[in-house]
This record gives sequence, C-alpha cells and structure tokens, in this order.
Amino acid sequence: MTTATPTRPDRGTRPARQSWRVRLRRDRSLVLMTLPAVVLLLVFNYVPLFGLVTAFQEYDPLAGIWYSTWAGLDQFQRLFGDANFWNAVQNTLYLSFVQLVLFFPVPIALALLLNSVLSLRIRNFIQSVVYLPHFFSWVLAITIFQQMLGGAGALNHFLRNNDVGTWDVMTNPDTFALLVSAQVIWKEAGWGIIVFLAALAAINTDLYEAAAADGAGRWRRLWHITLPGLRGVIVLMLVLRLGNALTVGFEQFLIQRNAVGYDTADVLDTFSFYYGIATGDYSYGAAAGLFKSVISLLLIWGANKLAHAFGEDGLYRR
Amino acid sequence: MLTIERTLEAADTLAPQAVRRKKRNPRPAWEEPPTVGGEAVKGLTLGVVLLVMVVPLWIIVVTSLSTQGAVNRAGGLVLWPDGVTFEAYRVMLEDTTVRTALLVSLGITAIGTLVSMAVSVMCAYGLSRSRSFAHRFLLTLLIVTMFVNGGLIPTFLVVTGLGGYGQWWSLILPSAISVFNILILRSFYSSTSADLIEAARIDGAGDWRILWSIVLPTSRAVTAVMALFYGVGYWNSFFNVMLYMPTDSEKWPLQYVLYTYVNRGNGMPGSVNSGFGTAFSQTAPLSLQMAVVVLTLVPLLIVYPFVQKHFRTGVLTGAIKG
Repeated sequence: MTTATPTRPDRGTRPARQSWRVRLRRDRSLVLMTLPAVVLLLVFNYVPLFGLVTAFQEYDPLAGIWYSTWAGLDQFQRLFGDANFWNAVQNTLYLSFVQLVLFFPVPIALALLLNSVLSLRIRNFIQSVVYLPHFFSWVLAITIFQQMLGGAGALNHFLRNNDVGTWDVMTNPDTFALLVSAQVIWKEAGWGIIVFLAALAAINTDLYEAAAADGAGRWRRLWHITLPGLRGVIVLMLVLRLGNALTVGFEQFLIQRNAVGYDTADVLDTFSFYYGIATGDYSYGAAAGLFKSVISLLLIWGANKLAHAFGEDGLYRR
Repeated sequence: MLTIERTLEAADTLAPQAVRRKKRNPRPAWEEPPTVGGEAVKGLTLGVVLLVMVVPLWIIVVTSLSTQGAVNRAGGLVLWPDGVTFEAYRVMLEDTTVRTALLVSLGITAIGTLVSMAVSVMCAYGLSRSRSFAHRFLLTLLIVTMFVNGGLIPTFLVVTGLGGYGQWWSLILPSAISVFNILILRSFYSSTSADLIEAARIDGAGDWRILWSIVLPTSRAVTAVMALFYGVGYWNSFFNVMLYMPTDSEKWPLQYVLYTYVNRGNGMPGSVNSGFGTAFSQTAPLSLQMAVVVLTLVPLLIVYPFVQKHFRTGVLTGAIKG
C-alpha cells in the first residue's frame, strides 16, 4: 500500500496520523487483546444475522441452511394469518403498557424517599436490601412468589384459616398482568433506583437553599428543582422502555406460561421459542423473531426522535 | 520491574483519598424541621418495603429448617422457628441429583466467570487507549450488537450447527461477553492515569504488563462488580440449559432443577428415580423444597456483601453516565 515511514514509532507520544502499518505494529498487542471478544461476537452475534435467511426458507435441519428450500415471504404470510401470533403481539403490548404504568414510577418514588433519609447508615442498609432481588434468578423469584401467593402458599393458607375462601393469584389469567408487574417491581424496582439516586446527588444543593430562602416549601422544591433535575434521566429511561416495548421479560413468562395458559402469558419471545424450537418449526419462529427485531429497531429510533423533540439526549446524541 | 511498583505507589497517592464515612448528613439549616406525620409516613413506607423484601426469604429459610411436626402444625410454611432441624439439608445433600446440580452450577459459574472476565478485561483495555489501531472500527463492531442481533432461533441454529447441543461450552460461550460490561470496563480503563501508563511504557513495559500490573490493580472495584455481574449471570442461567441440554438431567445446574420443580409442581427433579421419591416420604417435603431454594441463594448471599459496597463507590452510576 502506501510507503510506511521507516522510522521506529515513538511509543510515548501518539501522533494523530501514521501509516496503518506502523500503527498496527505499534498497537499489535492491543488489537490482539480484543481478538477473543471479536471472535465470540462474530460467531455468536454476526453469523446468526446471516442465519436470519431461515425466516425466508422452509428450514430443514437435515438439509441445513444452504440446501433448505426457499419460501420467500410464505412464513410471514402464515404468521400474519395466525391468531396465536396476534394474541402474542397483543399480550406483549398490553403487558408492556401495564408494566410501564405500574413499574416505571416506583423506582423514582423510592429514590426520592430514600434520598430524604438523612442517616447514611439506614440509607445504606435499605439500599443493600432492595438491590438484592435483582440478583435472584427468575426461577427463584417465581418460586418465592409461588410459595407466598400460590394455591398452597402463605397467603392462601392464611385466607383459608380465616374462612375467606381462596384466591390463587398464580394461575388466574385475569390478574396475570398485575401479578407479573408485581414480580417485576419486587425484583427490579430496588435496583432501578441507582440511576435516579445518582441524578439526585448531582443536583446542586444551592438551588434548594435559594428556593427555601425565597419561601418555597418542600413540595414546591420537589416540583421545581428535584423533578426538573431528574428530567434527563427519566426521559432516558422512558426512551429505553419504549424502545424495548416488545421485550417484556422472557424467562418470567416462559416459566409461568403453563400455569396461566398461553392465551394470556404468550409474548412474542415465548411465541418464537415455542413455535420455533419446541415444535421444530424453525423458519416460522425465526420469522416471528425477525418481525420483532425490525419493529424494535423502529421503536428505538422513534423513541430517540421523541427524546430529541423534548430537547433531551436520549440514547444517542443528535 | 522496581519502577512499576513505585508507580503503583504513586497511583495510590494520586487516587482520591477515601472520604471518611459520615454517619449522617447534617440537616441543612434552611430545611424545615421534620413533621411527626411526615416522618411516620416515611418510616412506615420504608418499613413496608423492607418487610416485603425480607419476610419471604425469612419464611423460606425458617421452613427449610423446620421439622415435619412444625410444618404440620403450621399447615404449610412456617413463620416462626418451632423445632429446628437440619434434616432437610442432610437429605438434600445426600441426593445425587442435587449434589451433581450443585457441582455443575459451581463449575459453570467459576469457569464461565473466568472466561468472561478474561475476554472482557482484555477487550476493554485493548479498546481503551485513544487513537490505537482500528479501535473505532472495533468499538462499532461491538456496539452494533447491542441493537441488532439474529435473535433466538438463528443463534440456536448456529450453536447446534457447531455441535454445541449437549456440550458444556454451549452454556458458556454464546453469552460469554456482555458488550455493556465491556463498555463500563473500558470507560474505567480510559480514565486510568495516562502519566502512569507512559511512565511504565518508558520503563519498557508492554501493553500486557501495563494491563496486568497497573490498570487491573487500580480498578479493583469495577473488576469486582463486573465479576459479580457475570458470575450471577452464570449462576442464574437456566434458559440456555433448556435450549441446549434439556434431556441430560445429570448435566443440569441447580436453577434448572429448581425450574423443573416449579414448573411441574411437586415432581422434584424431572427423573422419577432421582431418590427424591423416597426422600419425600421420609422428611417434610416442604422443608426439603425450601432447602433447595435456600441452596440456590447461599452462594449469592456469601459473595454479595463483599461486592455490594462497591456499588456505592459510583462504579455503576459513573458507568451509566459514561
């Protein structure tokens, strides 16, 4: 290619532009270090992107991806005519919405509450406790819910002892949206406060003092200083949530799908799993997955546009 | 490499001195004195939040330690210790399914975390030196995967296509790295003092040496937190077991054993002749079930306090902002 500069590169200072060969020689260990990660990503993230052609095939595991028959848009046609698919779409959007309404404000409220606790020891203790469930697996979290609220659980035991009948929350399709929201709140709300606590700590306390001097009470300070201070983070979190509207948690639904029934608990991800892998209809599942990915990308893009319209950075700056 | 040790000492003095832990933020003079009602509502709310988190765990632990008699008297879960026994734990640990599952879980977690951390730390450092060769391209390569991926089925086909079905590596490699974690590490490594690194370079240290002797020791907190994230991920993983080895019950980790039990009611570990059939008739089934739940919790509860203190040092918040 271009003629390399013959002088040995000075490793101390790094001038802006040198020939690529010189820079490669200088940084070869750095490049080498990234290699394992790059290989893993290529194999398990980029190669599967090409695997998406299975969505346009009648994939046959014996023939493999190269020799399976081409199906064009047949899988998608089938998908859009499948009542179970639309049921999954509807469930996903509904559960996503319910979770947004019920879950989203909780970490903010909890962070505000915790921030007002003056004793650092108590604050740290509460933080350690509420962060913990985030590290539980969904299997464990749902087992705990099962034991507390299930048909043979603590709650129903109590109800039965007091002759108030039973109320099996874990298998009731009507209250399923509330149940999964409660589970998400129990498991993730505590962890969710981290970002908001950081944003709260970044608010300049002089503002509060000045406002108090001007006669603003607690609630006015909350409204005029604290909430505007949190605005950026809240918008960012909303953008992330909207961009992930089609992802409502996979394992959580996979585990509970049998107890509640697929017509209530099937979301797009579990649909893709059950039709794609459990029944061996790979192309069909891949088509459902591709549908979800494309819509999700559009959602992320749209949510960012929205954030920019509000004058916030969103996920990326523009 | 004496100078490296010296520069490390310098790094220690350069690092901001740990602020002495204050017991209490003083209430600012301009703030209104607290009202009794307000404090009561605040305390009550936080108390309820704590109880909701702690009580289920308490009940589960107590039940796992209860005798059959206590479970019978309580008619199910035991709220208050009433005849304590370790019988359930003894039976559980004598059961081969649970013992194997525990070993599998520990093994996958240990090896997986090691692999993930090695790959992530190297990659993060490799990308952290500004203006290095192709770092912009490599960074893009990483970030793209956060937004675009093949999804479940194409990934499954690739892993099985490589012969991963029923193999241990299929539980580790496909999800071995999290780009998000790499970016967090990278933002920390980028802020490692450039002077320190240049000093070491002048002493003749290469990038491997710099990573091992300077960058890693000066970022212990973030390393610990990332190791916890990866470790918890491996410990908790069950879906990849469902995907890649749903039938080899002797390869199941603990979470999957627990899952089969959640999903199938009482039918403890999938296979009929797992030993639990007889175990159930001998001891309190409920306390045995709860003992398995506790077993999945114990390693986490052991590690958590050591790492948790680093959450506060701004590891995460800095990362989320950066």
